[in-house]
Amino acid sequence: MAERLLEVNDLKVRFATEDGVVRAVDGLTFELERGKVLGIVGESGSGKSVTAMTLMGLTRGINARFEGEVLYKGTNLLEISDREMQNYRGNELGMIFQDPMTSLNPIYRIGDQIVEALQAHEKVDKRSARARTIELLRQVGIPNPESRIDDYPHQFSGGMRQRAMIAMALSCNPSILIADEPTTALDVTIQAQIVELISRLKDDFDSAVIFITHDLGVIADIADEIIVMYAGRVVERGSKRDIFYDPQMPYTWGLLGSIPRLDRPRPERLHTIEGMPPSLINLPEGCKFRPRCPHAFDRCMQEPELKNRVESGGHLDRCWLDVEFKREHRDETISGGSAEAA
Amino acid sequence: MAAFLIRRVIGMILVLLAVSFIVYLIFIVIPGGDPAQRIAGKVATPANIADIRHKLGLDKPFVIQWLDMLKALFTAKLVSYNNQTNVVGQIEQGLPATFSLCFGAGVIWLGFGVLVGTTAAVKAGRISDRAITALALIGISLPVAWLGLILRYLFAEGGVGTWFPDGGYVPLTQDPVQWLYSMLLPWFTLAVLFIGFYGRVLRSNILDTINEDFVRTAKAKGLSTRQILVKHVLRASLIPIVTLFGLDFASVLGGGAIITETVYQLHGVGYYAAQAIANIDLPPLMGVTLYGATFIVVFSTLVDIAYAYLDPRIRLT
Repeated sequence: MAERLLEVNDLKVRFATEDGVVRAVDGLTFELERGKVLGIVGESGSGKSVTAMTLMGLTRGINARFEGEVLYKGTNLLEISDREMQNYRGNELGMIFQDPMTSLNPIYRIGDQIVEALQAHEKVDKRSARARTIELLRQVGIPNPESRIDDYPHQFSGGMRQRAMIAMALSCNPSILIADEPTTALDVTIQAQIVELISRLKDDFDSAVIFITHDLGVIADIADEIIVMYAGRVVERGSKRDIFYDPQMPYTWGLLGSIPRLDRPRPERLHTIEGMPPSLINLPEGCKFRPRCPHAFDRCMQEPELKNRVESGGHLDRCWLDVEFKREHRDETISGGSAEAA
Repeated sequence: MAAFLIRRVIGMILVLLAVSFIVYLIFIVIPGGDPAQRIAGKVATPANIADIRHKLGLDKPFVIQWLDMLKALFTAKLVSYNNQTNVVGQIEQGLPATFSLCFGAGVIWLGFGVLVGTTAAVKAGRISDRAITALALIGISLPVAWLGLILRYLFAEGGVGTWFPDGGYVPLTQDPVQWLYSMLLPWFTLAVLFIGFYGRVLRSNILDTINEDFVRTAKAKGLSTRQILVKHVLRASLIPIVTLFGLDFASVLGGGAIITETVYQLHGVGYYAAQAIANIDLPPLMGVTLYGATFIVVFSTLVDIAYAYLDPRIRLT
């Protein structure tokens, strides 16, 4: 069995705001082994970015309250001091952000920003740090890294900036790479390249990846396990196979239905999930997805727990609906009912 | 860069010409501005006035008058209407006091402005931030003339003590210690306003920059709070301060600290300007205005160059 790098147990993140307490993450549990890719999927406001930032210790602040455990190689990252956390950031856990346009400092050269990351954790002199930076830029596929290392971010294209961000995140060879919507701000053609790059580098650097996205299609190729989050909680969790071929939550169906697909009959319109995600201050009673769920019934007023309800053992969900009923009806959402009607 | 500089130099010359023309124009149209009448006195005959007017060249066409004055100024032959002193010579005499005031006060206001702004931003929302912000507001609101007089009364004329000389300028070359003593109160008086203003601007710049994505990236790299603040936040936040400082510094250097120089009887360029204004004396006003305007246009070019250096996205065109 591969080395277990990360174990998150019943993580809760709350922020005190003027309007009330925001329950950004409410009871998140997962494990991550070396060499694996975990996908976290959900809409905006589902708590996936807060989860990523919390793993990095970036949500710490006077208004934030944490519960549960984030065990990295046995150390609870929620309990160590800011100063100790600094040694984990970049060094053990690397992070790539959504918008490579704004995530790089516009007034420093690309190379200097990567060298800075290296020197934050390792005692290396300028020359060898620079040599390693050139090597990193080559590994992420930047052509002519010897000359591009002295470019400023505005001289790079969006895709190249994201490659540079990846090089920076991997510079100290972290065990876990956290990618928070790394492809959202990029062109579709570049998206595939970046996903492929992350997948390849994961093997080269022998690390694990947490890949956060709102687009299930993006992680269809690389994820080993997928967590679907809604309103700060996990609503479904399982292997990629479970989520794509036997999805149990109507919310997951909605996400799957909103991906344009070439391998199925073309629906008249892509599926949209009606309504808006709930406010994390005033959550609905019972199942949090109930107000938007087309199949909601009276039992949904009680909150379903996250548990295994199907044959596949690791496949968990929070839905009261009968499994057979769901298997019969989910294709209406996923492939678009109108196509069948026509 | 060469093309940029050539373009800017041509631009500067045009601006200075325009400034001098406007000064001349304003002077001619203001009531009581006619120098011939003022020089001739109350009981002058029209013949007297015409005579003086002819001597000063004021009977020539307006544009010729203006060009004559510029020519006299740039050949250092321009003299005051009131007391016949040479304008360029008078400005030169004022330079040591004005430069002393400007450099000393500039160092103080920039240094303390950055310190105040950074401290307030780092402690944002806490009591120390509120105290600093309140003090900065007071500093901005204090009239310089009032503050200068109060400080003079308290610390030079015996209100609290007589620690400092009561106005006047001691040349640096004559006695450096006395020079320092004579300059401390004027420096402080002039700097208070700017410290408050710079502090507030910098505080809000820093608080804006702290929320930038690249600061989060710096944090995610594992940099220390101090490294993030100095290398990533402060450097980006200081760029607008450079503009402010360049133009404020140029304005004081150009004789703009009229009130401070007058209150402390520093016989600098600003003091000279104040007297020229009081006497409605055109030649010194023209000289001082062009002298000041030169600093403004030169420093605005320097600011643009500094900008391009500080922010690589900016190209000099």
